[in-house]
Amino acid sequence: MPYKKITAAGLAAVACVAVAACSSSGSGSGSSSSNPLSPSASNTVVVGSANFPEDELLAQIYADALQSKGVKVTTKFNIGAREVYYPEVVKGAISIIPEYNGALLTTSVDKTSTAASTADVDAALKAKLPSSVEILNSSAAQDKDSITVTQANAAKYHLTSIADLSSVAKTWVIGGPSEFETRTDGIPGLKKVYGLTFKSFSPLDESGPITLAALQNGKVQAADVFTTTPQIITDKLLSLSDPKNMFAAQNVLPLVYKKAASAKVVSALNAVSAKLTTADLLAMNKSLSINHESYTTVASNWLSQNGLK
Amino acid sequence: MSYFSDAWQWLISSQNWHGSNGIPERLLQHLEFTGLALIIALVIAIPAGLAMGHLRRGGFVVVTIANFGRALPTLGLVVLVFVLTAGSAASWLVPLAALAIPPMLVNTYEGVLQVDRELTDAARGMGMTEWQILRKVEIPVALPLILLGIRTSAIQVVATATIAAYIGLGGLGRYIIDGLARNEYNVVAGGAAVIVLLALAVQGLFMLLAIVIVPVGLRRQAQAS
Amino acid sequence: MSWAWQNRDQIGHLLLSHLYLALVPVVFGIVVAIPVGIMCVRWRWTWPPILSLTSIFYALPSLALYLVLIAYTGLTDWTVIIPLTLFSLSVLIPNVVDGLRSVPQPVQQAAVAMGFGRLRQTIQVELPLAVPIIIAGLRVATVSSISLVSVGQLIGIGGLGYFFTDGEQRDFSTEIYVGLVLIILLALFFDGLLVLARRWLTPWEAGRAPRGERRRAVTVTLGGSEAGLTGAHAHHAGHAGGGGGHGGGGGHG
Repeated sequence: MPYKKITAAGLAAVACVAVAACSSSGSGSGSSSSNPLSPSASNTVVVGSANFPEDELLAQIYADALQSKGVKVTTKFNIGAREVYYPEVVKGAISIIPEYNGALLTTSVDKTSTAASTADVDAALKAKLPSSVEILNSSAAQDKDSITVTQANAAKYHLTSIADLSSVAKTWVIGGPSEFETRTDGIPGLKKVYGLTFKSFSPLDESGPITLAALQNGKVQAADVFTTTPQIITDKLLSLSDPKNMFAAQNVLPLVYKKAASAKVVSALNAVSAKLTTADLLAMNKSLSINHESYTTVASNWLSQNGLK
Repeated sequence: MSYFSDAWQWLISSQNWHGSNGIPERLLQHLEFTGLALIIALVIAIPAGLAMGHLRRGGFVVVTIANFGRALPTLGLVVLVFVLTAGSAASWLVPLAALAIPPMLVNTYEGVLQVDRELTDAARGMGMTEWQILRKVEIPVALPLILLGIRTSAIQVVATATIAAYIGLGGLGRYIIDGLARNEYNVVAGGAAVIVLLALAVQGLFMLLAIVIVPVGLRRQAQAS
Repeated sequence: MSWAWQNRDQIGHLLLSHLYLALVPVVFGIVVAIPVGIMCVRWRWTWPPILSLTSIFYALPSLALYLVLIAYTGLTDWTVIIPLTLFSLSVLIPNVVDGLRSVPQPVQQAAVAMGFGRLRQTIQVELPLAVPIIIAGLRVATVSSISLVSVGQLIGIGGLGYFFTDGEQRDFSTEIYVGLVLIILLALFFDGLLVLARRWLTPWEAGRAPRGERRRAVTVTLGGSEAGLTGAHAHHAGHAGGGGGHGGGGGHG
């Protein structure tokens, strides 16, 4: 009878969906694990990442390093900009996330801080971070924001440092990720530290193809480009120097939720930080964005090469 | 209901109505994207639909295009064209036009196809040429469905033009993308509200248009059956 | 493509998560749409307001709905599932109503003559006969749902949509192609499954001329009386007739 068949079909459909549900939430990695882990779950840590490739790579390195030391890891990559994921770490929904000390400090911890060197920034962070979280050792690797222009424009307008932009800023459009417009070390910082007011701001992406294309086709004349972006070399760009240290040190380090930071976790992550250099970041970014290798391969190779796996 | 109060606060704040990031400016950009994509789709889809419906050919093609159009992820297409063309205007124009074509094509085809055979036979008997039959008989009778197709396309494009902001463009999607990046949820809420209102306004506009354009006789006949 | 093979684990995982996010709303949708549809047919006065509501939900951009939900569900799977369920309902409820109403009078009268009670008549007679039209709606809802999940990637919850944002950031078109192809294949696969389901469930339909149904479909589409303010509504109904492309709705971002 038809309605028996309909019931059978319906149950089959529901069963399929249930199977898909179990398999997808069971393995837990990728962009849609639903339930943030409750902080009391024993030794499973949640490694998160921001929504740009370098951070996802670093998170993959952390996750991989932890797993090879026997820590149970769930990953939740591509959460969003810091404004989105930082509260999640403070709450404990994310246990570990790769951070950049200077940006973390001025964006989310202490907007008024003028600390610039690695030591000062780390100290300021340790003093002002909420009590539920802490930073581990910082690595030597840095990925700073920079104001970047095409080499052609640099030559034409004699630009070597950000201060030199005062001659052209009023007629130039500057671009960067959306949050650059409001961050302390973004548009407001350019005004406050260098006295620069640009003609307008164009929201682009996180130092990715949209930003690079905008620089190439003249949609913007200056842009916030991260210093480990491999296209700086291949696209003939120039990152202007920052003599007044508007951009503070940006060492890579783990931000962790204290309750998830067991001794094993801390030592594994510190070991990673001890070996990570800026040259490593540049090389790995090149693998990701120009050679299009996968995150897991690049992370795994680096860990093996550095004896951490 | 924090979403609604956030959206409301943002909407009534006058600073959001001025300047290059103000609602009127973004609305205009949004309508420009939408309009251009719709025009291109119209130019492609309506003649094709009319031809195939009149000649009673190509039904399978139409259905396949319809299914394909529904399945195509617009974000993916926008990003693909962007990466392949290093950020040209085609990055948003091609996906949005591609999204707009299926509803117009399918509805125009179906509209012409379902015109009563007796009507077209009578017209042929009266000595009308094929062109005249199309113009004077088939198009007027098919008009409600054709307009329905354009309306469906318009709503979809208005909604999807939001995604253009992801590749650095303007339009109402800017509020969404920027608000998300800066964790300014009131901006996100307000922007989403404006987009929803715009979609509903477009829907209403086309429904009014249908009432005005479709000949009264046809409307009454449709209601009676 | 060797990239696809190398990353098959990640692809597989995202595929399952994508399916979960896309199909759960459709299942919820049909489970709710059938009783609601039956209610709308039985108590006619409930139909106009529900039709207006579904029209509104159909027009709402899915991305906007995901964003509204963030305030209530945070950044979890529900943020995507709930709006997609609403969208499925906006397609399925009108289809259930159309389907039930399309049962010919003589059949209903025969059922009454045979002594069927109201409920039994609805479940054993009307619903099975409404299956082709309901499945047409399910096809639209499923295909659209599979496509719309990827938009959720803009809030980080997008299944295979991840390949779109990552592909954009790394300037990596292969990834994007893989994402596009997989989503389209998934949509076509489930569309095909539903067509097979219809044939299995309605063996009496085999060999029936599609024209007749299309004509009725057009009548329902243009029928103004119940459409009221919202105009010709069933544009997305995609009535059977071997195609289901009638009206071509859904799939908006």
